[in-house]
Amino acid sequence: MRRSFWQRFFSPITLFLWAFRIVVILAILVGSFRTLTAGKYAGDQWIDVIVFGLSQGSIYALIALGYTMVYGILRMINFAHGEIFMSGAYTAYFVAAAFLSSGFLNRNPVVSLLVVIAVAMATSTAIALLVERIAYRPLRRAPRLVPLISAIGASFFLQYTFRGFFGAGFQAYPDWNVLKGEVVLAGIGVLRTQAVAIVGALFLMTVLYLFVMRTKTGTAMRAVSEDMEVAAMMGIDVDRIIVITFGVGAAAAGAAGVLYALVFRQVWFFMGFVPGIKAFTAAVLGGIGNIPGAMVGGIFLGLIESAGPILFLDGLGIPSPNQLKDVIAFVMLVMVLIFRPTGILGERLATKKA
Amino acid sequence: MITRRPRWTSYLGIGAVTGGVAVFLALVGMVETFSRRQIIVGVISLGHALLLLTGLASGYAAGRRAGRPAAALGGGVLAGAATGVVVAAFVVLGTSVDFRHMFVASSPGLYDILTFARGRAGLPLVVLAWTLVSVVGAGLALLPATIRRPAFAGAVTVIFLGLFQELLQLTLQEGTVQTLLRGFLFTGDGLLPRGALTGFAVAAVGSIASWRWGATVRGRARSMPPRSRRISAYTALLLAVIILFYLPRIVGEFPSQVLVFVGLFTLMGLGLNLEVGFAGLLDLGFVAFFAIGAYTVALLTTPEKYAIAQFSFWLAVPVALVVSLVAGVFFGLPILGIRGDYLAIATLGFGEIMRLLVLSDFLKPWLGGSRGIINLPKPIIFGYEFKEFGQLFWITIVASAFIAFVAARLRDSRLGRSWMAIREDEDVAEAMGINTVTSKLLAYGIGGAFAGMGGAIFAVMIGSVFPHSFNLLVSINTLALIIVGGMGSLPGVIVGSLFLVGLPELLREFAEFRYLVYGAVLILMMIVRPEGLWPEAARARELHAEEAPAPAAEEALAAVGSDGEA
Amino acid sequence: MAILTARDVTKRFGGLVALSDLDLDVEERSLHSIIGPNGAGKTTFFNCVTGFYRAEEGRVTFDGLPLEGLRPDEITQLGIARTYQNIRLFANMTCLENVLVGMHVHLRSTWVDALLRSPRMRREEAEAYREARRLLEYVGLKGKGDLLAKALPYGEQRRLEIARALATKPKLLLLDEPTAGMNPRESMDTMAFIRRLRDDLGITILLIEHNMRVVMGISEIITVLDFGEKIAEGPPEQVRNDPRVIEAYLGTRRIAGVGA
Repeated sequence: MRRSFWQRFFSPITLFLWAFRIVVILAILVGSFRTLTAGKYAGDQWIDVIVFGLSQGSIYALIALGYTMVYGILRMINFAHGEIFMSGAYTAYFVAAAFLSSGFLNRNPVVSLLVVIAVAMATSTAIALLVERIAYRPLRRAPRLVPLISAIGASFFLQYTFRGFFGAGFQAYPDWNVLKGEVVLAGIGVLRTQAVAIVGALFLMTVLYLFVMRTKTGTAMRAVSEDMEVAAMMGIDVDRIIVITFGVGAAAAGAAGVLYALVFRQVWFFMGFVPGIKAFTAAVLGGIGNIPGAMVGGIFLGLIESAGPILFLDGLGIPSPNQLKDVIAFVMLVMVLIFRPTGILGERLATKKA
Repeated sequence: MITRRPRWTSYLGIGAVTGGVAVFLALVGMVETFSRRQIIVGVISLGHALLLLTGLASGYAAGRRAGRPAAALGGGVLAGAATGVVVAAFVVLGTSVDFRHMFVASSPGLYDILTFARGRAGLPLVVLAWTLVSVVGAGLALLPATIRRPAFAGAVTVIFLGLFQELLQLTLQEGTVQTLLRGFLFTGDGLLPRGALTGFAVAAVGSIASWRWGATVRGRARSMPPRSRRISAYTALLLAVIILFYLPRIVGEFPSQVLVFVGLFTLMGLGLNLEVGFAGLLDLGFVAFFAIGAYTVALLTTPEKYAIAQFSFWLAVPVALVVSLVAGVFFGLPILGIRGDYLAIATLGFGEIMRLLVLSDFLKPWLGGSRGIINLPKPIIFGYEFKEFGQLFWITIVASAFIAFVAARLRDSRLGRSWMAIREDEDVAEAMGINTVTSKLLAYGIGGAFAGMGGAIFAVMIGSVFPHSFNLLVSINTLALIIVGGMGSLPGVIVGSLFLVGLPELLREFAEFRYLVYGAVLILMMIVRPEGLWPEAARARELHAEEAPAPAAEEALAAVGSDGEA
Repeated sequence: MAILTARDVTKRFGGLVALSDLDLDVEERSLHSIIGPNGAGKTTFFNCVTGFYRAEEGRVTFDGLPLEGLRPDEITQLGIARTYQNIRLFANMTCLENVLVGMHVHLRSTWVDALLRSPRMRREEAEAYREARRLLEYVGLKGKGDLLAKALPYGEQRRLEIARALATKPKLLLLDEPTAGMNPRESMDTMAFIRRLRDDLGITILLIEHNMRVVMGISEIITVLDFGEKIAEGPPEQVRNDPRVIEAYLGTRRIAGVGA
């Protein structure tokens, strides 16, 4: 069974994977080249697309934080996290609608926005803690598949609870007068709602980052994420930390829900599903368990998704490229998982025993 | 174990939580929708039955907690009263403030149901009713199992008869005996009181009988010599086949459609079982192979412009099988190195990519885009056309049997063992000389082929293929049903399919709550019975092993302690 | 003749050097132990031999064949088997199934044979089951074939792991701390068993051990590692008295003079 160096290097699977890589990269390069040389899109359009991607991406980033933190500690994909995001959006809708009808909304826009975000964060946190208590905690020691199914069940349950409570239709988000129109930053026209989304997301991410890096609780969270057993031996109340992790992630997702509703103007019970998957993609892209990674991954995903179709798909002559927006996101996901599962910034997971 | 006498506040807690559940059921719309249906005509509606069950469960929980009769009844009273108060408060709130713009279910009709149409004046009655129900529930907890079990069986049967009354009435439409039975048990919309009592009695008696003689029968069966055991097993199997053969005729058109769905999902479940149950490969993109099988058949049989060729169904199916197998291997190649949850996500990604590509305008010229491919001819053999669901059901049965056979044969073989080793510990499996690449690719390929067969039958059943049918939900459904049925076990797949696919389809009128209940059932099953409804014996031992701590650990500790040098 | 030779083997993990220019020869049919403080690189060496790790530098040759670049399953086919420091059985499979997996390499029927239940397959399976039972009996687990592996007590799990490794019909058996967690009596039994393995089956045994009584008791050659380097090698009496070894590893002078 002597294997020469060459035989090994060119084993069919390695060849296949290389071919795969090359095809994708070529497709991107060729497509981009052709689009850019054809000059079909004006500078304005590119900027629009980039700004949109940034705002979309920052929302993904906020949601991704929850996924990445929970996976980092419990090695569990919180399938219901998308619904937590949705609950934040719904709460925002109700509170904002109430403010709108009383006129409070437009008299004190900043205060009402803050209140809306605060209430949304509180609700989503409460729901997430309930889910953790009922559907996840009893299954902490079960084999991996069991909590996954429970999470899927929780996801369905939440979706259809909201549908049952609030109806199956789309609810239109109220118009904030002060948020209508554009604002010009550095010569670039940005929709106000998008600006709020980007700024808000960045602010929250910074707060969260500082929380995790600088506070005692944050350090405890990182310790539990590194090695749950040793952390327990150091006197950390692991259960409490897990609850806090869920809570913080949920708060971020709730806020993301508010921002999403601001930008996209509607809420419905199923809205959490696709952003949920995309946000998880973002978390994996950036390196699961890695908080800055989730942020980077989110923004990166948002940009690629937004710019991708017109950047390279169009250049390849694919009709209706925007239909395949999600395909780009998923191809990205699969590529990362195959070739660099640790993500762009590297994963940070609880260590397994040797 | 030290038994603590539960504090009385805990009963209030149980009651309050139950009240919350009742309010939840009201707000989510179940109470009102269910109330439109009568279980026992003129006596109790489904909505009230739901509330009744909730109250009973609460009282039962309280009773179990207490243990002693006096405390149990007292606890029941407390719990029931608490629930009643919560519900009453809800009614007061709901009738004073109009929440309708927010909670769509908050209608006057709902509050009528909750207060027995007596409005605010009926609130004391409400509290009393909940208290009584709760006390009864507590009482049930005190009853010995010999009474409890038949009562439970009887109640379940009554509910079952009431829920499925339409179906049953359809089945009992022709023939003198059937019509008489039907007239006796049912009336237009539901059970008659005498029907309910009969059902209850029969089920109760049956339960007692199975309890008294079940053990003896089982023991007798086990002690039979292997030869006669095999003969009886085969006879049972033959009987089952005959019943299945006639089943579509008996139940009618719509249930036959459901039967085909159950059969298809069983097929899919068996395929996914190979990947997940045997080899431990979490595949959430399984629907992609289902789609490939369906589209292959579509492209090979349709008279429309997309056709690649014009084969008969019987020729197209083996082609679809081969194509799905190759696809399975092809998609398996890049993900060979991925494990665990990441594999689940990667396969999910693949599945979604497939769906989106098939749906897109990009591939429309070949695959029909969102309009799909239509006008697929039904299978014909020797002039006999399989156009009704019942006939398609036979094809599904044969296919499932074939696949179950293949799965069973493979499981008890060198390949099957290599899969299980990979599932348990992939690195060690490799160290034992297993070529994990080949093994995994075989799992993906064969599993994919099974799904492809399902897709092929699905395509001709519907007569067309649309991309919307091939979504993530199908993969999740399949995964859920093999887990709820019992992973790795072949009868478990059938049970899972019946419960998670068959039941919801049959209960179409409650479709808006389907996924709500589905989600709750999944969570509940995982907490209470993760090994599934019909598990492989090994699995059940595995999942409840934590109840008996491994003797190994204790010995190891003892050894380290006594050996000063270690 | 050396059945396993390692030359200049170096293994790095990022900045950490686990093995450094290691030279090691294992004579055929010998009982060879590797000892050293925790973190010395012993298990890393095993992993390099079995193909689980790829050494950055150096070569490992088995029976004249170079092992570099081979997959673990190919290396097992050549005749190297191992057990693990933390028992890694297939916990939810029965004892019999665990051993049968070990025989994977030597069974020839394919999945097509399995589907058709060809006579060849049936014969092979029957023979395999017989052989597996025989192996279980040999390690003292007679009659326990249908128990789940994780239901066994600790000592029996270790023996099952050995049975599984033996099923691959190895020429070289790597045992990673076979007596870990055992009380003195069990350790002595295991020691005798290992010696019997070598004598009955003619295989070469390379073992990692911490229990000095066992090491001094059965080893013909001992290699001592510390920080990834070989610091001593030789028969037990020589190693026992080597000052470098005493200092690095044994710490006190109360060594295996206890080897009664």
